[in-house]
Amino acid sequence: MATLSSNLLFIAFILYLVATLFYGGSIKTKKESNEKKGTNRWGTIAVVLTIVGFISQLGYFITRWIAAGHAPVSNMFEFTTFFGMALVGAFIVIYFIYRTTLLGLFTMPVAILVIAYASMFPRDITPLIPALQSYWLHIHVTTAAIGEAILAISFAAGLIYLVKAIDQTKSSKRTFWLETVMFSLVAVLGFVIVSSVFSAAGYHEKFNWADKHGAEAVVEYTMPALTGPHAGELLTKDGFKPLVEMPAFINAKKLNTVIWSLMAGLVLFGLIRLVLRKRIAAALQPLVKNIKLDFVDEISYRSVLIGFPVFTLGALIFAMIWAQMAWSRFWGWDPKEVWALITWLFYAAFMHLRLSKGWHGEKSAWLAVIGFVIIMFNLVAVNLVIAGLHSYAG
Amino acid sequence: MNDVKCECGHVNPHGTVLCEACGKVLDENEINNKELLDMRYEGSARRSQTYNKTIIDKIWNFFSSVKVGVWLIIITLIASTIGTILPQEMYINQPPDVYYEQEYGWFGKLYYQLGLHDLYGSWWYLLLIAMLGISLVICSLDRVVPLYKALKAQRVTRNEGFLKRQRVFGVNEIASENDLTTIKKQLKDRRYHVREENGDLLAEKGRFSRWGPYVNHVGLIIFLFGGILRFIPGFYVNENLWVKEGETAAVPETGGQFYLQNNQFILQHYDKNKDKTFEKAIDRAGAVVKNYQSNVVLYKRESNNLPGEKPKLKKVTDYKVRVNQPLTFEGYSVFQASFRNEMNAMSFSLTNKKTNQSAGNLKIDLQNPKGKYDLGNGYSVEILNYFPDFEFAKSGEPTTKSRVPNNPAFVFRMTSPEKPKGETSFVAIKQTIEPFGDNTYKMAFKGVDTKNVSGFIVRKDSSLWAIILGGIIFMIGVIQGAYWNHRRIWVQNKNGQVWLAAHTNKNWYGLKSEIETVLLGTKFSIPEDRLQKENTDKEDV
Repeated sequence: MATLSSNLLFIAFILYLVATLFYGGSIKTKKESNEKKGTNRWGTIAVVLTIVGFISQLGYFITRWIAAGHAPVSNMFEFTTFFGMALVGAFIVIYFIYRTTLLGLFTMPVAILVIAYASMFPRDITPLIPALQSYWLHIHVTTAAIGEAILAISFAAGLIYLVKAIDQTKSSKRTFWLETVMFSLVAVLGFVIVSSVFSAAGYHEKFNWADKHGAEAVVEYTMPALTGPHAGELLTKDGFKPLVEMPAFINAKKLNTVIWSLMAGLVLFGLIRLVLRKRIAAALQPLVKNIKLDFVDEISYRSVLIGFPVFTLGALIFAMIWAQMAWSRFWGWDPKEVWALITWLFYAAFMHLRLSKGWHGEKSAWLAVIGFVIIMFNLVAVNLVIAGLHSYAG
Repeated sequence: MNDVKCECGHVNPHGTVLCEACGKVLDENEINNKELLDMRYEGSARRSQTYNKTIIDKIWNFFSSVKVGVWLIIITLIASTIGTILPQEMYINQPPDVYYEQEYGWFGKLYYQLGLHDLYGSWWYLLLIAMLGISLVICSLDRVVPLYKALKAQRVTRNEGFLKRQRVFGVNEIASENDLTTIKKQLKDRRYHVREENGDLLAEKGRFSRWGPYVNHVGLIIFLFGGILRFIPGFYVNENLWVKEGETAAVPETGGQFYLQNNQFILQHYDKNKDKTFEKAIDRAGAVVKNYQSNVVLYKRESNNLPGEKPKLKKVTDYKVRVNQPLTFEGYSVFQASFRNEMNAMSFSLTNKKTNQSAGNLKIDLQNPKGKYDLGNGYSVEILNYFPDFEFAKSGEPTTKSRVPNNPAFVFRMTSPEKPKGETSFVAIKQTIEPFGDNTYKMAFKGVDTKNVSGFIVRKDSSLWAIILGGIIFMIGVIQGAYWNHRRIWVQNKNGQVWLAAHTNKNWYGLKSEIETVLLGTKFSIPEDRLQKENTDKEDV
């Protein structure tokens, strides 16, 4: 069952990749008219592939659920994968409201990156610790992820808006920040590539090190250590000697991974720019030529409107009900809780700005991007860096 | 202040921008403006936009501003992030004045000194939340009342200027009776509420979604009110309760009404041989806990008894308290929160140091040690002093930190036929001191008995109803406002033409495609979206 499950996930992943190519194709051949409604053949194939991929991933989800005996949303790999699936699902829903394949071209790569990122974490089926043994695990986590995924669609739409609206003929703050967003996406790809390469090569090296209380421990690196642990002593023969040693309060292993990912991201980004000979955003601009700005703006805002209640329900209300049962209090200012509140406050501010300050268009698109950054921060940094009660997710 | 009478005859309150009945522009500054109308709050007379004289006006205007509201949200947001940089006070088990500096150096010290270790309980954070609450109330009141009046007073026939300056607007030279009937029918099919007056048409739907924001604000206020209730004594109980296996303890804050007996504490781990699916994960993580459980019996006191008298208890229920499965009774909940393993008894053997012969064994109950243990044949051991949680005080004297036997130490007097006066020995874990020189006998450590102690949290939260009610109302409001739209379509005779105008509070794309379906099969031209036209014109350059 577990093997079948991984295979289904792999199939879904490949289908999403192929679908992305077809989304690309559906745009290029569509130059003739922007008035004619409906999707062309490429677009239809792309959507069908997406749906088949989604069903395949649903198969992964169900089979893994059966294998584990609990919904596979209990560790970093499972949750992030589910988030990727929810992203695809949210796109399918929004697609059938607005019928634009361009949104697919921007959403699917994000979903693919999310799933690829997820796969870099341990994929073993993990047992549930007592705090997680509740049907609220299924309800709370899935609803929260679906809410976040719908909100993430507003990011994809916002990105389309920015790519189209920002003048790429001269460099400005706007082109810089948009390119930063593009670089971040490339850096995630960088992380996936270095992790896969070193893991395929079976790279391991061990250190003896001392934590901030002076207690000795062994840490195992899976990438050559650029930043070594505090008072680190290399145990592996022929292991890579660290370039710098970190003070004890910094997690040298995680920092090392971040540096490798950023380096890979930079190399990749440099290569892309070398090939394109212009900004990534500028290269994407012809693709978005035929879409109306206020149309994408509306998709972006609509996604926030659809996603916000779902997010509130899943990430705050269901979370509070469960927290009341598991931890005896519905709210305890745990970092994950606080970051859910922050996300919620941010989108609340977003909607107020839009409704009464008239922040439509580009401002709104930037807010959608910031919102996604907050969601990703909550997913990645809060789990891996800040930890707290939700730390089992790491 | 004078009310304003519009030419249509409707009397509007002072400060109205658009006549509530016909939509005519009343604001002098706005009349000659060619731009689209600002339809927010229907151009109704909001207190905050009308009065600005007294101090109350000023306070009202401050809190009624969405700009201020958004700033409050943003400040709260940023403040909240700061509290997640380092763990908050409630998640550390050490005195904060030491902990922060020790763990995080100068930054930790600063964090502590600024009071950020208890950020969410600080006066200024609570003040921020309170201001958000006030902003919620005033913003809502400032808008909802006039909005309600305006939407109620609206008439079917609208002023020309009002229609012309709508975002979606179109003119048709002629319209047949047939076309109008078709439109009316198709509007009704799309669940529009259609009203007619002098041959003019107003189709409206989803007006209730306009109340969504106010409903969700009411929910939030109730929620915050629930948070305030906690500060009322007796409304909120949060106590720790440690009960050793086999013992019974009074449940705190129940006025001695309830007692909890802990029969057994159970700690289970996943077994990788049994739970094959998890084999790899268990190998990776080491041991993974499967269950924390305390088998308890809940008793209720039967009658009021005299102080000091042993209470008569009546069994209420047997329960297995587990994580996620608290024991709940009469508003109280008992949660499985933690456990510890406590030393219960220590065994020693009185031993001759030279021959290593034992003269007898004794077992000391660490909660309740006896004064003297008679081993027979003239051998006995007396406990002169007992330190359950031993440490050396600063003066060098032995002392005890607490009553909990974490680190027991004894001063024994060992009596034997050889030493009838007794020898004194100080015995602590891993150390023995013989204060009066060499002894013939020693207390050889034989072993220790431990017992589990379950850590419970006893919680009563009488404010939960407000939290739940607030949450439900918030969800209803937010769904009401987000998933429905307030759409209006006007079809009206003006200057011998038929004008069509439409407005929605959001989701214009949906409105436009709906108009297309409504006009299907008629000779009406599709009205244009003037905002989008402007937009695309600009973008196409």
